[in-house]
Amino acid sequence: MAATTVVAGVAAGTAGAQGAEEYVQSDYAVRTKGLVSVLTRKNLVNPATMDAVVDFYENKVGPHIGARVVARSWVDPDYRQRLLADARAVAREDDLTGVQGTDLVVLENTPEVHNLVVCTLCSCYPWPLLGLPPSWYKDTAYRVQAVIDPRGVLQKFGLELDDDVEVRVWDSTAEVRYLVIPERPAGTEGMTEAQLADLVTRDSMIGAEKLASPA
Amino acid sequence: MPDSNELTDLPLLPRDDDGPVFAEPWQAQAFAMVVELTEAGTLTREEWADHLGAVFKEAEARGEYDTGQRYYDHWLTALERVVVEKNLAGWEDLSKEGESIRENDHHNREHQLEGGH
Repeated sequence: MAATTVVAGVAAGTAGAQGAEEYVQSDYAVRTKGLVSVLTRKNLVNPATMDAVVDFYENKVGPHIGARVVARSWVDPDYRQRLLADARAVAREDDLTGVQGTDLVVLENTPEVHNLVVCTLCSCYPWPLLGLPPSWYKDTAYRVQAVIDPRGVLQKFGLELDDDVEVRVWDSTAEVRYLVIPERPAGTEGMTEAQLADLVTRDSMIGAEKLASPA
Repeated sequence: MPDSNELTDLPLLPRDDDGPVFAEPWQAQAFAMVVELTEAGTLTREEWADHLGAVFKEAEARGEYDTGQRYYDHWLTALERVVVEKNLAGWEDLSKEGESIRENDHHNREHQLEGGH
């Protein structure tokens, strides 16, 4: 069986002092959650209203943004190379909102290597590109098992990988987020970039799905 | 964007043509809480601007002034302070709640690692 690699999400050259900072950053989500609970109990805010605001941004920043990036990377080899080399710079050029604060790394799935993204710490996720994470991504079972037994997890998603495919698991942090470029399905040669973008699913950009050829 | 009673006019707020932009869901929630509190009149816009401004000044004094990625860190700090100052909740309530959220998360994870479901 081919190797499984787990990569901790620390930007190159910044390991070490990163730990404390990372804790503080993911702590913001906990503090916010705490405020929402306390103020909700006292009837000072309404969680449904919070959700409405978050939903609004989900529609604005949903997976269609990531899908456009993937589709372009399929048709434009130069763009693809730049993405793989420095996705954060490309995101900045393309004016993708919200990416500026964190590092973004783009990974490509190939017939030889399958990348899967997880956040074992909490639910760090490339929100500006994919919207809100699916509930399974935040689930403890996924967060733990994706690192211990990624092939088993992928099987649960209905994805059987050949034994000679290497699986790489990427552990996101407050500093580094990952986006997977799935393999372009066969039979899509004549399609436009917009048509291709419609084929790209959210789960495929996390590495939990392989895109099928269009019917 | 749902009515934000002009909070989007605050100087330095990270925004694009459609309104404020957020890098994380918690930032949108923190923003929404302030919208609700000011709409309900629990908090006035002036009180909010003062508190947020004070946190920014402190950050600036520490040499941490940054209107981009730290904006909502400051926003959250200001919100916690104003909530406590106006006796809407105590520090104790907030830290207890945070502890229990963290504990809960930790336990779930331990449980999973031990093979539980």
